[in-house]
Amino acid sequence: MKIYDGKYILIGLLVFVGVITFPIWFNLGKAAPPPEPKLDTPVIMQMAQKQCVLPREEMRTGHMQILNDWRTQVVRNGKRMYVAADGKTYEMSLQNECMRCHSNKTQFCDQCHTYAGLKLDSTPYCWTCHVPPKETK
Amino acid sequence: MGIRFSLAAVVALVLAVFLGIKAAGLTYFFGVCVPYAAILAFVGGVVYKVLKWRRSPVPFRIATTAGQQKSLPWIKQDRLENPVTKKEVVGRMLLEVFLFRSLFRNTKFQMDQGPKLYYQWEKWLWLAGLLFHYAFFIILVRHLRFFTNSLPFFVEPLERLDGFLQVGLPGVYITDALFIVAVTYLFIRRIVIPQMRYMSLPADYFPLLLLLTIGVTGIMTRYFTKVDLLKVKQLAMSLVTFNPIVPEGIGVIFFIHLFLVSILLAYFPFSKLMHAGGVFLSPTRNQPNDSRIVRHINPWNYPVKVHTYAEYEDHFREKMVEAGLPVEKELPAEATTPQAGKE
Ligand code: HEC
Ligand code: HEC
Ligand code: HEC
Ligand code: HEM
Repeated sequence: MKIYDGKYILIGLLVFVGVITFPIWFNLGKAAPPPEPKLDTPVIMQMAQKQCVLPREEMRTGHMQILNDWRTQVVRNGKRMYVAADGKTYEMSLQNECMRCHSNKTQFCDQCHTYAGLKLDSTPYCWTCHVPPKETK
Repeated sequence: MGIRFSLAAVVALVLAVFLGIKAAGLTYFFGVCVPYAAILAFVGGVVYKVLKWRRSPVPFRIATTAGQQKSLPWIKQDRLENPVTKKEVVGRMLLEVFLFRSLFRNTKFQMDQGPKLYYQWEKWLWLAGLLFHYAFFIILVRHLRFFTNSLPFFVEPLERLDGFLQVGLPGVYITDALFIVAVTYLFIRRIVIPQMRYMSLPADYFPLLLLLTIGVTGIMTRYFTKVDLLKVKQLAMSLVTFNPIVPEGIGVIFFIHLFLVSILLAYFPFSKLMHAGGVFLSPTRNQPNDSRIVRHINPWNYPVKVHTYAEYEDHFREKMVEAGLPVEKELPAEATTPQAGKE
């Protein structure tokens, strides 16, 4: 069966298939292993009961929403203390609270964010103003 | 009728995944089998469609496109609307593909005050169409972050630009809003304008509703009913490296999103959505108007047996001369003129 303008059709279809299969040839068949954010900071090691502001599952998916709420509370409403569901109080602060426990930003936050395709310093863009904890490599 | 049918179809699809995941736990089926089948149907279907289309020859140029065709030297040719060379055709095609040039010409026409006709600009369809397609495209490119180990260089600037409002966390993407607004407009347009409603079929409503639901579930996934993105990425990566695994505990909303996308992909080549490939093959867009410059031969002409006048005369010359009929070539024997025998 004759294909008219076969040359152009072939080029077009090759481009189409090439673009669609981009993820396949871009990764060359290797999938990076999912990250394991490290929880071995000095502060966390000393905790008797290792727990975050919210249960772990909720933190995994909802930590940006907490940060958003905290930011609004502090910057707009002037409230600085947060009472968690279990009665514990936290200072609503990115630098002074989250990063006090998670002082290993590159081993913790960045691990996930790089894997999820958020660029290190730009998204979350928070670190253009807030100061990340000093880490000894 | 068409609306209700399409709506029912989309609701049924959503329910099917919901029950499939929640009641039957078919995560492998909906996470691996369906997406693979869908992408196969999509690629195979598009290739099949294009090849099938191009088995029909389109031998003759469509000369009457909107623009002055090449003519006498002192008449200005509209080179992009009525191209003659390959370069000009490519220019016209680029305008069509990237800016929807033809749709921009859209006019609305109305009868007012008796038999008076009014034509007016109607650019909303063009605008909504363009916004929808670009938003869709950017969303697709941004989704590459789920399918690549390291972010391809063009995705990061796009993420940043798209999220530059920096409203809320996760930050609002402009394209998300544009996508929903544009699709909603395109849908409402079909319902509100009586003529549009009259000529709309389920095949018109269904893709719009499907896209709308995909957009809504995506937005829900990102901003409201969160799922664990790391697991989603693990699933996506396992799919593109052909080593499928479905991590435990991905929210059902993601499966709804993924299933509707799969349906869209599988539906694409066999529906009007195939205009994406078709635009490149449209005769009014891809043919140079060179009817008067190049001879186009119809490829399905079969060889016709012809009997030319010269042959006819050869056959009957003697009889014609006898009967006193004029002939172009005299009889050879008593030929008197020196030109005889020459044609
Ligand atoms: C009191 C110390 C402490 C503070 C303050 C704290 N975290 Fe945590 N975080 C932890 C511990 C301990 C875990 C591990 C919880 C577990 O295993 O159940 C954790 C877990 C997490 C996780 C999940 C990691 C995973 O691998 O699943 C995220 C995300 C997280 N924290 C982010 C934050 C953010 C954002 C803040 C600030 C809003 C914050 N944490 C504040 C101690 C803390
Ligand atoms: C333009 C600079 C800037 C950027 C970017 C920025 N912040 Fe802030 N943020 C501030 C300032 C200023 C305050 C007020 C500090 C205070 O009053 O203690 C603040 C306060 C906060 C607070 C509460 C107080 C504290 O000590 O942390 C939170 C939480 C917070 N920001 C989170 C974020 C997050 C999350 C991001 C990234 C998405 C971010 N911020 C990006 C400037 C910035
Ligand atoms: C378990 C993995 C994980 C860990 C650990 C983690 N994050 Fe995230 N974070 C994510 C994912 C995934 C997203 C992307 C959510 C999305 O795009 O919908 C994200 C998004 C965010 C965002 C919103 C960014 C945006 O532009 O949408 C902020 C802010 C953020 N994380 C802060 C932090 C901070 C601060 C820490 C360390 C204390 C941290 N995260 C640790 C997985 C993680
Ligand atoms: C036709 C194709 C698709 C369309 C139109 C679409 C649309 C959307 C939209 C509008 C969003 C909102 C957030 C954003 O814009 O990033 C979204 C989010 C999302 N989509 Fe899709 N999507 C498509 C395909 C897919 C596929 C194939 C996957 C499989 C991995 C997927 C997984 C997700 C996930 C996990 C989110 C949440 C993102 C987040 O939380 O940041 N989508 N989608």
